[in-house]
Amino acid sequence: MNSTWSRFNIVSVVLGLSFLYLPIVILVIFSFNASKLVTVWGGFSVKWYGSLFHNQGLIDAAWVTIRVGLISASVATVLGTLGALALTRYTRFRGRMLFSGMIFAPLVMPDVITGLSLLLLFVAVNLDRGFVTVTLAHVTFTMCFVAVVVQSRLVSFDRSLEEAAMDLGAPPVKTFFQVTLPVILPAVISGWMLAFTLSLDDLVIASFTSGPGATTLPMKIYSQVRLGVTPEINAACTLLIGLVTLGVIAASVVNKRREVQRRRDEQAAQRA
Amino acid sequence: MKSLGSIRRDFAPWSDPDAKPYIQFDNVTKRFGDFTAVNKLSLAVFEREFFALLGASGCGKSTLLRMLAGFEEPSEGRILLDGQDLAGIPPYRRPVNMMFQSYALFPHMTVEANIAFGLKQEGMARAEIEKRVTEMLRLVKLEQFARRKPHQLSGGQRQRVALARSVAKRPKVLLLDEPLGALDKKLREETQFELMDLQQDLGLTFVVVTHDQEEAMTMADRIAILDKGEVMQVATPAEVYEAPSSRFVAGFVGNVNMFDGKLARNGKENARIAANGGAEIIVDSAGDALPGAEVSFAIRPEKIRVSSTRPTDAVNAIEGEIYDVAYLGDMTVYHVKLDDGQVIKASTLNAARIIDDPLTWNDRAWISFRPDAGVVLTR
Repeated sequence: MNSTWSRFNIVSVVLGLSFLYLPIVILVIFSFNASKLVTVWGGFSVKWYGSLFHNQGLIDAAWVTIRVGLISASVATVLGTLGALALTRYTRFRGRMLFSGMIFAPLVMPDVITGLSLLLLFVAVNLDRGFVTVTLAHVTFTMCFVAVVVQSRLVSFDRSLEEAAMDLGAPPVKTFFQVTLPVILPAVISGWMLAFTLSLDDLVIASFTSGPGATTLPMKIYSQVRLGVTPEINAACTLLIGLVTLGVIAASVVNKRREVQRRRDEQAAQRA
Repeated sequence: MKSLGSIRRDFAPWSDPDAKPYIQFDNVTKRFGDFTAVNKLSLAVFEREFFALLGASGCGKSTLLRMLAGFEEPSEGRILLDGQDLAGIPPYRRPVNMMFQSYALFPHMTVEANIAFGLKQEGMARAEIEKRVTEMLRLVKLEQFARRKPHQLSGGQRQRVALARSVAKRPKVLLLDEPLGALDKKLREETQFELMDLQQDLGLTFVVVTHDQEEAMTMADRIAILDKGEVMQVATPAEVYEAPSSRFVAGFVGNVNMFDGKLARNGKENARIAANGGAEIIVDSAGDALPGAEVSFAIRPEKIRVSSTRPTDAVNAIEGEIYDVAYLGDMTVYHVKLDDGQVIKASTLNAARIIDDPLTWNDRAWISFRPDAGVVLTR
């Protein structure tokens, strides 16, 4: 293998990485800007982080976002897992194609259409727009992502595990909670995290379905930016980026460690 | 300890007309769409029997096992266990347990928890469960692995955990689906005898599915040979081998030479077969086959003698040429090409230490056998 880097390779890697990360790096740098003007460097300062915690509007919006995310991700996980189970287990029920199509359509549906149709629905049934409607909307569009993730795990699930559990005397419901769910749990958790993340950064659907008193963080940031970008927003975004990075790193470290442990166990077993 | 042989020797409930079958398949048919996996099959298994279902893949043997376990319902017919019709009873209420081919160990549970799983479902007291689990671990010699997870075990250890888990509930019947299929040859041979001991110690009825005839012959009291969803023969290993009921069974179990021909005469003392190649074969008995019937004379390789001259006392002797010699150490297998073109396999036990075999490639040779060495098959 040729391990020396050609000039072309170096240039393309640098260009690629800067294309992806330069905007984020600039945003982080300017969040420490002492100047009130976003594009002019006025020395290092953390004062925007301080003022961030006194901005009640932003804090309220963050709180709403987290609550919407937690609730909608949890409900979507339950529904999505059930949907995935139905699709993988009962391969021959009437209308299966329609059902699977309906579950997966929101994956490719433009947010604008999802948002608009939900808005029309809520208006039609006379449901006041607010916290409940945003949460419902988020359940609707994140559920299909959960279903996809869980279904891909279920396809490779060894059915004889369930048969073994039933053979040993566990009725179907017990079998599900004691055997199936623990085995597919990693996929269910990833599904939940995906749903939570999607809910956190959704702007379009939330704008359509939210009402007074239920402004989410993306909506709040977007509306503030329209009045001009403040370094405060930069600080808020930096915090979000930090949080996400931390989460990703933690997850991969845990995964890596488990992998190493597993490999060591397997080697030990082979020696025995 | 009681010797296994003395218990086994006298165990033959199938030849007792008053014995009641423990498991009974009564005209069972199972169809999957257009495919008939099991076709009007009837079988009886007796209590404490080690029963083997032997057949090639797709012969319906696994379907039979899965119907006993309750994972499939028969399309027609009944399955009785201890006199009770099993129809409509879900797997979790049947007094049978199964050891799966893939072992199906719960990956998120320790060895202990795997074995305790079935006992917990029964609602057994905690102390009792612990006692039973310890007992099971001792039985399969895995005491020091109690806290391990399945992926921390070798293949042989996993197999033993699966076994312990399936017998922990003391089922009336233990079903084993290719129990030794995933083990290497040496381990498989050891485990065969362990399984037999276990079955005797616990006094359980075992129904084992296998495609390995040696495995079935070693372990089972009786073997059912299946083909295309039908039973070809149910008999003890020795009967299946020495007195196969059809050409299929004779060819399926062990090696066999087949002389096709017509029955020329069927007398009281003996019978004569005119083989299609021209040879005449004298046999002790041809059963109730009528003269003129198309028959096959089946004879095992070890029952044929190979010699360079015609043995003077031989009733049956046919001349040919040594076509191939395979020296295996304990025995030598000769392929003899008869003058009519048919190739016959004959094996000789190497009882004496002779390094230079007097018979070798292209030598003229005679094969000979006694009139009672083979069987006459009409089916």
